[in-house]
Amino acid sequence: MSVSGAGSGSPGLMVEADNLHKRFGRLEVLRGVTLQVRPSEVLCVIGPSGSGKSTFLRCINHLEKIDAGRLWVDGVLVGYAQRGDRLHELPEREVCRRRAEIGMVFQRFNLFPHMTALENVMEGPVVVKREAKATARDRARDLLAQVGLVDKADVYPNQLSGGQQQRVAIARALAMEPKLMLFDEPTSALDPELVGEVLDVMRRLAEQGMTMIVVTHEMGFAREVGDSLVFMDGGVVVEAGPPRQVLSDPRQERTRSFLSKVL
Amino acid sequence: MARTAVGAGAQVGERPPDIRAVPLRHPGRWVVAVIVLVLAAMLGHSLVTNTRFHWAIIGQYFTSTRVLSGLAVTIELTVIAMAIGIVLGVLLAVMRLSPNPLVSGASWLYIWFFRGTPLLVQLLFWYNLSALYPRLGLGVPFGPQFVAGSANAFITPFVAAILGLGLNEGAYMAEIVRAGILSVDQGQTEAAQALGMTRLQTMRRIVLPQAMRVIVPPTGNETISMLKTTSLVSVIAVTDLLYAVELIYAANYRTIPLLIVASIWYLIVTSILTIGQYYVERYFARGAAKQLPLTPWQRLRRNLAITRPALAGGLEVPRPPR
Repeated sequence: MSVSGAGSGSPGLMVEADNLHKRFGRLEVLRGVTLQVRPSEVLCVIGPSGSGKSTFLRCINHLEKIDAGRLWVDGVLVGYAQRGDRLHELPEREVCRRRAEIGMVFQRFNLFPHMTALENVMEGPVVVKREAKATARDRARDLLAQVGLVDKADVYPNQLSGGQQQRVAIARALAMEPKLMLFDEPTSALDPELVGEVLDVMRRLAEQGMTMIVVTHEMGFAREVGDSLVFMDGGVVVEAGPPRQVLSDPRQERTRSFLSKVL
Repeated sequence: MARTAVGAGAQVGERPPDIRAVPLRHPGRWVVAVIVLVLAAMLGHSLVTNTRFHWAIIGQYFTSTRVLSGLAVTIELTVIAMAIGIVLGVLLAVMRLSPNPLVSGASWLYIWFFRGTPLLVQLLFWYNLSALYPRLGLGVPFGPQFVAGSANAFITPFVAAILGLGLNEGAYMAEIVRAGILSVDQGQTEAAQALGMTRLQTMRRIVLPQAMRVIVPPTGNETISMLKTTSLVSVIAVTDLLYAVELIYAANYRTIPLLIVASIWYLIVTSILTIGQYYVERYFARGAAKQLPLTPWQRLRRNLAITRPALAGGLEVPRPPR
């Protein structure tokens, strides 16, 4: 693990976390997370609740501030700018610019309820990228078609099933043409019969070469689609490796006991 | 369709006939109905027979120029004061939620002061501002002034009324707007931020439109309340609706009929505001309710449409689409 003091991560990595720490008050949620994600890689993160999986994702997207350690996305330091030896907090504009390059999908979808599916997908490009409405609308339609919801374009979120809402949410994130997609338990709030349709969309996205970090409890998805798997517990990475190996032949006792409960 | 399949090939039986139960009797309702009817009859009787109501005088003054111009002032004050109140309220609410302690502290102080002193006192205060600051000016703090003039020329009774009502309303609206903003799920802000929106864009595009659903009903309430509160300005000699009728009955001693004239006008405007509020609420319910509530007109048309086939046969209860 190379720690580059000059403020740029190792070359050729999309995400690089080095000894990441995050604290909420007295609670240490991340206690030294170190991992790497290559471009086009699909990294699945599993672990018990409270293990820091979601917090790690949120750090990547500047939704949480890092307390210690370093995190780079596409070679650029996250959260701070390094000038000389000192770290400077980023101005809001810069944080927004970086967030715009990273797509995020939430467990509870978080679609904007006062906008139709199409307007939800258009919102980012129009407001953040100042794209022309007509162009944004065309692209939003294409994206909705990609997730199989073009006929629901003019429907409000509360008239969609959970699976449909989550697919709109994925389309909304893709509309920003992100270089990295973060999925925070995207199927955990869904009825079992609706999980498949969301995973199908994610699988296709992975096949198209999108870099993805997926916090999930879907071991089947992790095994089939994931390029690598990380098991987190107590704010650290307990075990990492190819999904098949970690899932079927875990080396750590903690991984084994977790898997025996969920598989 | 809706029945649970017991096993493969479970049969869907024939639909049993509709239940026709004997309705529950409500003897209490009859008693209450009789009491209400008697009271209504007594009221109606006195309205007609008590000549001291002077209905002719009420009719005579109802559309008199002085009353109507008073009404115009009342409406003008309501609209301007509410406009100031709403703009100020949004500003103060956003300030109050700011992470900057100076900004949120300033907002807190404003609300504390304007909610904590009686509106009547504030009105009198603005009206008498010239006693405190005889000359008002605009310029560099502690430096030269560019424009200056006598406070009496600038703070007319009408301006004093606007300032008093508007600045006071701002404090109340701030709390209403703040409640609305806090009612919006935190996930909405996060989703907007994840798209790369700034705090301001998130507030304007995502949070406030959703907060409106919570903000509109109490704001309607405030507007109606404001319409009536404007009557306080009679103490600083602004000829609003109440002061206009006061001036008239001071001359002709027809106190009660003229107060009734004012009351009827207040009721009419309040009713119009209530209807307006209904439609504004309906607009901001987009996406919140499965189906928008029908307007009274739509409801009437649908009732007519349902009654006809219902008379002919079975009554189909329309279901909202999934």
